[in-house]
Formats: sequence, C-alpha cells, structure tokens
Amino acid sequence: MTFITANWNPLGDAFYRKTELYDMCWDLKDALRDCLVAAAPYGGPIALLRKPLRCSPSSRPQLEIYSASGFAITSFPWKSGPLVHLGWTITDELLCIQEDGSVLIYDLFGSFKRHFSMGQEVVQNHVLEAKVFHSPFGTGVAIISGSSHFTLATNVDELKLRRLPEVPGLQGKPLCWAVLVQDRQIKVLLSSGPELYILDDTSCSEVHPPWLSPQAGSIIHMSVSFSYKYLALFTDTGHLTFYSQNKLSEIDTKRSTAPEQMVWCRRPNSQQPSVVLLWDRLLMVAGVCNDTIQFPIEDQCVLVGEMDGVRILSTRSHELLQEVPLVCQDIFKIASMAPGALLLEAHREYEKSSQKADEYLRELKEQSMLEEAVKQCVGAARYEYDPQTQKSLLRAASFGKCFLADFSADPFVETCRELRVLNAVRVSSVGLPLTYPQYPRIFKHLTLQVLTDRLVYRQLYPLAIKVCHYLKIPDYHGVSRVLRHWASCKVQQKDLSDEAIAKAVCAKVGDSPGFSYSHIAAKAYECGRAELAIKLLDFEARSGEQVPLLLKMKRSHLALSKAVESGDTDLVYMVVTHLKNEMNRGDFFMTLRNQPVALSLYKQFCKLQEQETLKDLYNQDDDHQELANYYVAASYREKRMDIRLSLLQSAVDEYNKAKNDFAAKATEDEMRLLRFQRKLDEDKATELLGLSLQATMEALLALGFHKQAEQLYRDFKVPEKRYWWLKLKSLAKKEEWEELEKFSKTKKSPIGYLPFVEVCMKRNNKYEAKKYVSRVMPEQKVRAHLAISDLEGAADAAIERRNESEIGIVLSRCAASDHLLIERLNRARTSTVKK
Amino acid sequence: MAHSARKDSPELPDFSYLKSLAKDHLIDQLRKIPGKKDLFIEPDLMSPLDRIANVSTLKQHEVDKLFKVEYKPIISTSDQLCFLIRPRIQTVKWICDVANADKAAGRSRRYNIIFTPQKFYACDAVLEEQGLFEEVTTYEWEFYLLPLDDDIISLELPEFFRDSFLAGDQRWVRTVSNSLCLLQSLYGPFSNVYGIGRISKMVEKCWREQGERGQTKNQQAKIGKVFLIDRDVDFVTPLCSQVVYEGLVDDIFRIKCGCVEFGPDVTSSDRSTKVMLNSQDKVFNQIRNEHFSNVFGYLSQKARNLQTAYDKRQGMDIKQMKAFVSEELKSLKQEHRLLSMREFCCSSLRNCGQTCVSHCPVSFSDISASESIMKTKTSQDFQELLRIEHSLLEGFDIRECISFIEEHIIRQASITESMRLLCLLSMTENGLLSKDYRSLKTQFLQSYGTDHLFTFANLRQLGLLVEQQPGETLTVMESKVGKLVNDKTAGKLTDAFSSLTKKSHFRALSRKLNLVPKSDKDYDLRVPKDMAYIFSGAYNALSCKIIEQVLERDSWTGLEEVTRLINSPEFTVTVSNNPELSPKSDAQRIIFVMFLGGCTFSEISALRFLGKEKGYRFIVVTTAITNSSRMMEALLENRV
Repeated sequence: MTFITANWNPLGDAFYRKTELYDMCWDLKDALRDCLVAAAPYGGPIALLRKPLRCSPSSRPQLEIYSASGFAITSFPWKSGPLVHLGWTITDELLCIQEDGSVLIYDLFGSFKRHFSMGQEVVQNHVLEAKVFHSPFGTGVAIISGSSHFTLATNVDELKLRRLPEVPGLQGKPLCWAVLVQDRQIKVLLSSGPELYILDDTSCSEVHPPWLSPQAGSIIHMSVSFSYKYLALFTDTGHLTFYSQNKLSEIDTKRSTAPEQMVWCRRPNSQQPSVVLLWDRLLMVAGVCNDTIQFPIEDQCVLVGEMDGVRILSTRSHELLQEVPLVCQDIFKIASMAPGALLLEAHREYEKSSQKADEYLRELKEQSMLEEAVKQCVGAARYEYDPQTQKSLLRAASFGKCFLADFSADPFVETCRELRVLNAVRVSSVGLPLTYPQYPRIFKHLTLQVLTDRLVYRQLYPLAIKVCHYLKIPDYHGVSRVLRHWASCKVQQKDLSDEAIAKAVCAKVGDSPGFSYSHIAAKAYECGRAELAIKLLDFEARSGEQVPLLLKMKRSHLALSKAVESGDTDLVYMVVTHLKNEMNRGDFFMTLRNQPVALSLYKQFCKLQEQETLKDLYNQDDDHQELANYYVAASYREKRMDIRLSLLQSAVDEYNKAKNDFAAKATEDEMRLLRFQRKLDEDKATELLGLSLQATMEALLALGFHKQAEQLYRDFKVPEKRYWWLKLKSLAKKEEWEELEKFSKTKKSPIGYLPFVEVCMKRNNKYEAKKYVSRVMPEQKVRAHLAISDLEGAADAAIERRNESEIGIVLSRCAASDHLLIERLNRARTSTVKK
Repeated sequence: MAHSARKDSPELPDFSYLKSLAKDHLIDQLRKIPGKKDLFIEPDLMSPLDRIANVSTLKQHEVDKLFKVEYKPIISTSDQLCFLIRPRIQTVKWICDVANADKAAGRSRRYNIIFTPQKFYACDAVLEEQGLFEEVTTYEWEFYLLPLDDDIISLELPEFFRDSFLAGDQRWVRTVSNSLCLLQSLYGPFSNVYGIGRISKMVEKCWREQGERGQTKNQQAKIGKVFLIDRDVDFVTPLCSQVVYEGLVDDIFRIKCGCVEFGPDVTSSDRSTKVMLNSQDKVFNQIRNEHFSNVFGYLSQKARNLQTAYDKRQGMDIKQMKAFVSEELKSLKQEHRLLSMREFCCSSLRNCGQTCVSHCPVSFSDISASESIMKTKTSQDFQELLRIEHSLLEGFDIRECISFIEEHIIRQASITESMRLLCLLSMTENGLLSKDYRSLKTQFLQSYGTDHLFTFANLRQLGLLVEQQPGETLTVMESKVGKLVNDKTAGKLTDAFSSLTKKSHFRALSRKLNLVPKSDKDYDLRVPKDMAYIFSGAYNALSCKIIEQVLERDSWTGLEEVTRLINSPEFTVTVSNNPELSPKSDAQRIIFVMFLGGCTFSEISALRFLGKEKGYRFIVVTTAITNSSRMMEALLENRV
C-alpha cells in the first residue's frame, strides 16, 4: 500500500502520476517510428499505417487496427491513394484522409463504409496537413491545401464543406495551426512566423495578444485543451505560454526545437494544469506553475489527450499520466492524517484483529469526521485504477459506514456498481481504459448509451447486454440497441439461410420495446437479401415503418395499404406520388379507387396542382355531384363569359344527373343573373358582373334603375321583406325622403315601420323618423319612441302596454331632471306589479 | 371580485423553456446557412416568431433583410435567399416560381427553405416536379409549441381544423403527436391519458408508437394527466357568442398570438396600439375570466383607486415626493394608460352590447347611471342576439329564432355571423326541416352569392348544417338512440350506429349532462356557481362538462350513453401504474387539455373556473385559439 506514492511526482503543489494501463500485447518492434498513428480519445482503438518493409513500388503500406490494449482487431494492405492523416470519429469509425482530399471511412473491423471529398480544389493542390477534431457538432475534419486554403467539415455525418477565407501572405503551410471551438463556431488558429491569425467562416483576423512578448519569437507549436478552454503556444526560443481567457503564465523550456507532440494534461477542476511535451528522448510535463517534471524515455511514444490526462503509448506499454486527484492525495500522502487515511488504517488494523482499529475509529468519531472519512474513501476508490486498491478503499468505507447512524448508502452502492462496470471494460481483452471522470453521467462526455455502443462496435454483444442489465438501462436505450446492432450484423452472415436468420433474429429479439424490424430488414435488403427483408418486415408492428422499404423493394401496393393502415397521411402521400410516376394512369386510378383515403388525399393535391386530373377522376367514378362542383369552380376561374356560361350549363346537367335539384336550380339562377348582368353592363355601362343577387339589386337601386331592380325582384322571387329592406336602406342612403314616404305607403310594410324610424335616425333625420312612429306595431312602440329620444311618448306607450320591463327600460333612460316622468312611471310600475 | 383561489391549486410548471428551446433550434438552423441572406417569413409565422426571437437575433445570424411572403415576384439583391414557411404546397410552389423566374433572368442564387414545424413529403414532391430539388436546400425548425400564457400553449396551426375535419387530411397528426412527445419528455411521464374523438385516437396511437422510443423513466413527473378532445365533439360551444371578457375581446378585436391591436377609436389617439394580454397584466388577469357585465364595475373601482393613489401626492414632503415619483408613479402611469385603454375598449364593447339585462338579472346599481344611458340601438341587437342564442340552446321559440336568422340574412349582416346562427340552429335542433333548410339556403345564396353552395357542402360534411331526413323527427331519432343505449350487445350497436351518420344529438346530451341549467332561478354572475357563468348562466360548455365528468370518475365508465350520443371513439390509457404517484400529489392535479382543432377563450375560462372549484390546474394545449368567426371562415368556400 505504501508503494502507491512511488510513482508520484510533484509539480508545484500537486502531484502527477504515471499509471500503467496495459502491457501492450502487440508485437511492433520499432514500428511506432515513421508511421501514421491515430488513437481515439476515451480509450478508443488505435490505428497504424505501417510503411512497407521493402521500398519497392509494388509493396503497399499495411493498415492495422488495435484495441487500446494492443489486441489486434484487423489488418489489411492499404490499396488506395497516399494517406496524409488518420483519425477516429466519436463513433469509433476510422477516417483516412488521402492526399487528394478524399476521406475514406472504415469501421473498427476494417470494412469500408463510405467516402467523401474535401472539395475539388484539393484534388490538384493536394492536402498538406489535416486534423480531425471533436466538437459539440460531432467529429469534423480540417485540411489545408497546397494553395494554402483551409477547408472545414464540421460534422462528417452531415457533410457540409466550408472553405475558410484566405490568409494574407500565407505560402505553403503555416508553422503550426489548431482547430478551436468558440461560441458554437469552429475556428482555426494559425501562426505563420511572427503573426498569429484567427480564421472563422467569414473573416481572417490577425491577433496580437499583448502577452506575447515580441522577443519571444515565432510560434512553432500550439495545443488546445480537450475542452477548448486552454491554449498553449510554443515559440522557437523555447518559451511556452499558457493561455485561457488571458495569459496564465510562461515558462522557458530551454529547448529550441519544436516538440514532436504537445498535449494538454488537465483534469476537470484541476489544481495544476499542465502541458505534456514530447521530444525524441524526453517527456516533459510543464505546469502552469512554472515547474516541470522530466521523464527520460527510451522508446518511441505517442501522446493521446484525454479529458482528464494524457495516455502515453509506446511499443511496450500503455500508460496514463494524470494529476493525482485531491482525495487520493489526502489519503495516500505519506503521513497523512486526513480522515480517509485514518479510516483506511483503522480497517487495516481491524483485519489484523488489532485493537488499534478501535483507537483510530474512536478518534474519528470524537472529531465527528467519520462521515467525511467514508466519503473520502469512496471518492478515492473511484480514481484508482488498480482493483486491489479500489477494494481496500471500499472495504474501509464499508467498515466505517457501519458506525454511522443515518448515512445514505447510495453513493457507495453507486460507486461499487460503476467501478464494476469500469473494471469489466478495462480488462485487456476488452481494452477500454476508461477513467472514472470519463464514465457517463458525471461529465456527460459519454452517456451510458455510448458506452454500450462502444462495446457493440467491438461486437462484444454479451458483455454489452450484461452491462445494460446490470445498470438497469431502460430497454429502449439498452438491450434493444444492442440487439439491433447484433441483428444487423447477423443478416450479413452469408453462410446462413434466410429462414435460419429470420428465426434466430425473432427468437432473440421477440418484441423488445423500440426494436425496429424494418431497420434490420433494410439492412438485409442492402445486402441483397430481399426475401429475408420481407420475412423480417412481417415482424414489424408499426405499419408506417414498413412503407419506405417496401417502396424501395417495389412492392408498391403493399406499401400503399401499409401506409393507409398507419394513418400517417404524409406517408400515404409519399406512396401516392411514387405510384403516380411508376404506373400508367389507368392502373394508378384503379389502385387509388381501392384506397379511399389515398384517393381523397390525391384529390386534395389535384385541387391545388392539377385541376384537369380531378375531372378525370370524377368522370371515372361517375361522381356527378363533384363533377358539377368542378364545373362551377372552373367557371369562376374563367374570364370569358360564353365559356363561363357553358361551364355552368355543364354543371346544371351534372347536378341534374346527381339529382341535386336545389343546386341545379341555384346554378340556373346564377346563369340567369349573369346574363342579366351582362346585358345591363352592355346597355347601361354598369359594372354588375359577378355580384350576388342582393348586391346587384343594391347597386341598381343606388344607380336609380328602379325598374330593373323591380324586375329582378319578380324574376328571382325575392322575398318581399328583403326587397323592402333593400329599398328602404337605399332610399335613406340617398336621402330621398319623399320617395321613402311614398314607398312606405305603397302597401303595408312586411318588415313593420320600426326599421323606417331607425334608418331615418341613422341619418339623423328626426323629422322624417317621427312620421313613421305612429305606424309602428304596438309592441315596438316603446323602442320607436326611444329611438327618436321621445321619452314622453315612450312612457305613454309603455304605460299603455302595462309592460313592466319596458317601463324599466324607459326609466333607465330618464335623467334625474325628469322627475315628473319618473314618478309617473314608477306609479305605473307598481300598479302593473300589483296586477 | 376575482374568485378567491383555493389554496390547494397546484403551482404550474414554467413553460418558457419551450421558447428558449425553439429559439436555440432556430439559431441552429440559421447557422447551417452561412453567409448573408435575405429572410422571407410567412405572414402567419410573423407573430409567433416575434415571441421567440427578435430582429437583432436574426441579424446576428447574418440575416440581412426581412420580407413577408406575399406570393408576388420578389425584390431582393441578395444572392442567398431563405424562406421560413409552414409546409404548404402553395408556398413551396411560389418559391419554385421565384427560383424559376431567377433562372429565366439568368440569375443564380442559393435557396434555402426552413419548414416549421416539419417538412411534408408533398413539399419535396413539388420541388421535385419543378426540377428544383437539387437547388433548394431544406431544413426543419422544430417549433411545435408556443406558450401564449401561463396556462395556454398553442401550436399556432389554424389550418389543422380544416385539414383534419373537412379535407380528411391527417398530416398534422404526426405534428401533434410530436409535440406531445416533447411535452412528455419535459414534463412527463404522464400517468393517465384520456381522449375523445377520431383524431385524438389517431394522435394517441401515433404518440404511443413514437413514445416507446423516447421514454425517460427517471424523471419526476411535473404533470400527471392528459386529456385529448376533438373539436368536432363539441361544435355548439364555439358557435355561441362569447360573453366572458377575454372571449368578448377576441370576438370583437381578434386576439392574435396573445396580443390585441386596438384601433385609433379605442385608444383615442391617432395611431393604434398593441397590447399584450396575459397574466403579466394585473388588471387584465383580474377580469379576463369575468362575465363582461361585471367588468365595468371593477374597472371604474380600479380607476377610482388609481386616482386616490395619484392623490397621495398631496401632503408629501419633497423627499417622499421624490420616492413616490421614482417608484410608484411610473407603475401607476403605466397602469393608468392600460386601464384607460381598457375602459375605452369596454365602452366600445358596451356599444355592442349592454348587458343582457332581461336574461341575467344584474341589478342596475352595479352599472353606473352614465353607463346605462349607453343603451344604444346596437346594444339592443346584441341583447337580442344573446336571447336568441339562449332560446336555441334551450329549444324554445324555434320559429322566432328562424325568422330572426332570416332577417339577419336578409339584412346582410356579416356572413360568418349568419353562418354561425344557421349552424347553431342546426346543431341544437339536430338538423333543419327540409322546408326551412331550403328557404334559408336560398336566402343565403341570394345575399352572399351562389358560390356559397360549396360552403354549404362543407357545412354539411362536418354535420354543422344539415337537413333532417324526412320522417326522422327529433323524437324518432331520440327513441332510436334510447333503444340503442339500452341494447348492450356491442356488435349490434356499432352496426346501428354506422347507419347514423355524423349527427348532433345536442338535445339528448343536454338533458343527460344538464348542460342547460334551469333558468327560473336568478343567476348571480358575480358569484358563479358553475361553469355556465361563461354563457351568462344559460349553458355549460359541452367540452368542459365532458372533461369534468371524466376527471370526476377517472375514466369513461358511466358515460357510455354520452359517448354514444357524441358518436366519437373515446379511450383511456393508463401509462404507469406507479403506486408512488398518489392521485393527490400536485403533479396529478395538473392536467394538459389538448383541443384538436382549436379552443375558445370561453372554454379556457370555464376550465380555469373548474380548476379552482375542484383543485385542479388545467393547461390548455390547442392547435390554435378559435372563435365562431374563425371557425366559419375556415369553412367558407368561395371562388376556389
């Protein structure tokens, strides 16, 4: 136990330690030298491109993929163009960037997935340098071309190339450059001799950091931290500057050659962030505190930056260099009196059956630090890589826990569970050296899903399922996903029959929630196994999911009925358009006829897009009603009168066939009206065409064509009431009071005389209004009088009618000065109430 | 004046997160389109967009100029255009026209379309047909839900109503279920889902299928229950004139996206003013759910209080005065401004309708004398209108109602108003007599033009305005229904019911659910005793009554007859049987009520009242806020 601090090195007031992760099981000899290496963060796989042994033109370089423990996954000769850079995506896919700008994507097992190009320009100019970077948007690629242009692809899964603006005066490649993520934007920082530039989508701006002393020289290496919050710049005079928002410190490394690699080593909430620099035979940890640690190295090394440290890969071993977390320091520092250290000691004594255990415990309890001690032990266990150390810490914690009254065991249980998973994936045969901070949920860099995915990419299905069960991940996110990967792998096995595969898949998957059979079927179809695809589709419960694949497989009819079944109109629509282009018109219509939902949808579309098709559809169905409607609608779009009338005539015929005599009659009326309007427009230069009957009569009356209005009134059997209202309003509008009076006397008004009063009052003609008051029906008398503000009259009428509510209304209109009237009304009211 | 809120009404979760979510997603979409660009926005997206992101946010992301989509050739010099639109074929076609016109003029630009809330296949098909599939890049802005107020969330999709109920196009079902998924992921998991209606059922099915994927189990539920209801379950309620303050303002001034524009006649200045109407506005929050006859009294009281507050200035020393000016006066002034606006607005409301004195006895003393003089000609019309509506709801004096409606048509009152009354008549009377139907239809066509034949076809399709089948009078229908209800064999039932097309059984429902309270008692509108106060005590909104009944029973059991009369499928889904979720926990008493096809402010007010009575909190999620005229306009069909 005391050896724990043996590999600790002080840096400022913190310690750095190098922990061996794996004894690499690869057999590389000297091969790390002179070959392209890419190791994915979060303990991901390692890819190597080894130069051919003999330098003959026919020999090809070898591409090899290893797990982090050096376990060979695959290896194959590289037959495509010369490679500039290798990198990994966050989903463990290998990006191979070629000199001509094309990027080839392989999976973990070396099977080719797809490719894309970084633009036409680089085909001739070649890629000088490339970098693969990870951002919140996914994995991206940045390149600089022979013509000194930067091109970015922010996310390789949603490819969109962005050419950055030109850098003034830049020839060839810059001294060094790095990709930054700032304000959700991807930028490139580059140094070309003395100048430092920042490139974003639209501009290239020179930056003059005030803290960069001019005598420091030009920047020849730079490094951005994992979180994109820290920056380190190395100048040709050997100065190393640390920078976050502003300058942190500067250190003189006394070395003027650029390091081979320079990587930030900083854990979250770090006390002492530092940068690890790698030269030929030296590994230097340079802390922001101006202190350094130097490790001599014999081997060729590669540094891999992690969120909480740096991994050092060499031909023989794989180590993790990190700052010792505070709790570990507290517990393991020599002669530490921290509560955790005491508890650990207590437990050790207890196991030796020594009474000293009690002394330690007593001391902890007296200072009421036992809880703190348990927490420390649990905390430290998380950061220890060695299961033995973890165990002794957790045992101590568990021991201490027994002496606490109300202590929540949750963090302890949680830690045990998480460590168990971590240890399981760390074993050499799996080779995922994840640290606790990288473990999900804590810093959200990796979610649980990603962890199982990574196991799945390595085809470690049983382990993945066990982890899901052990961590109680909901089935949709857990087991179902694993099964999906497994099944899509399964359908690619060429040596099994369709029947066998379908059976195997169904047996294993059953109806796991969220498992998409159509997804697997699509995979099967991709591999050219249509029969298997159909078999698998049968298991799919959601009919909507089946549609796109069925269309792809040219089973259009089936697709249509499945789409209709799903109730998703957009899907139905998709199939309909597909069918329309695929079939001849007759077949297409016949197909639709059997699917009313699809048909009505298609009709909707035709209404907007293809009116003529609509007619054909109705004709085919002998739908006279709709056909008639179609003609009427067409008539409104038609400007020419003759055609308009003939369209309407067709509509009348169709309406008659549809036995809709009301509509037929209405349409005939419309035709009559149109003819009438046309004639009058021609004769009298009016503008009546298109008005409704009412509007036409109104217009005629306004223009003084009383005779014509009268004719319409008779011809169209306009109700008397309507005509009276019309005439009344129109006369009042023109203030032809005499005419109005004459009109009122032609016969007894069918609408009564109150409207006359009101219309006059609307024109503020009290004199005319009065004329009609006497002729108003008794029940409207009060209103009539009130309309002309004749309170007395209203009162008389109301009293005469002995109507309480009317008396009330009149009363409410009386002002206080009308006390005589009020009195009278009140009297009348009481007498009515009595009765 | 305001109902004293019961202590046990649970607190609402904060929905403003929905806004920031939408904003972030919009910015993500704009970022995907680098470079300067002119942005064209669909007119009906303007107001919702305004609530999400302001112009400067857009400018920050390289939006150069902003235009409205106007279906005309465009004037823009930018070489990159971006269109922010709803997924409508018509708009996509217009964009194709723009692009093709550019092509013809030898101009090359980049075109981007951002569809919101999602893209439809039909849109792609149009682009493909016009040969522009390659040139136009499409994006989706997942902006599903706009919180209009603390308890109102809108999808702002007015076309949902017409598409789903009239055109039979269910493409929005996916949209609605997506938004439910979103709500579930943020505020769920929900323990119970109730629903009634065909579309509700489809939404629920689609949602369940999607939901299987997005289950988050470890979350503490903030909202327990969801109620889905189709608009066509209850057409009567939105057809009635609204008399609750907020509804009345909507009927007259049209509240748009939680904001109302008062014209110069209301503000008594020469320009119009926009006022946000939500719970942030204290005065408005006090009166929004009140019957409008109570509002004037409250406002004049408030005005007096303000005056007193102003008067506090007298007798202050300079120091106090300073403090007063800096602190209180500002808020007072603001309040005063809004109040005076509101009073003007009220008086103009009053012009349209002095209280329905005869029907709902409000004692005159409550309305100051000056106000009672305002009984103008028009106000009497409003009173008359309310009386007719109430008669229709009660089924009294139908002949008189018919002649009233006829006069309405003859005098060419607004077309939507005439349609509304016709529909109300048909809905409450279970269809019109053949004779009446024909004569009213003829009158209508004469007044507003023959092209409205199509409008009638639409109304008939929805069952809003139908002709009674000869021989099938009300009693026959009812006895048939009565028999069916007693018949327990399910198979027979469905058979028999498929013979009855979509028809209203309003009268029977009304009796069953006691929708129309006995009107002989005086109804004190100041102290409402049930939800009927939102219609002057004359009618309990059917939609809200159903919700009340189902929540009371926790299921549809016992409401079989009602659902049969409504003739829409109903369902209950118990998602989790988690014993930890006690029915008494706060989350279980917060309920999402989702109206598919729109809901009215009156219904919202009724639900607020119901919540206070029973200790629930309702959050209304609706495809759009509607009212009678919006609903009628959606069904108008002239000059296709």
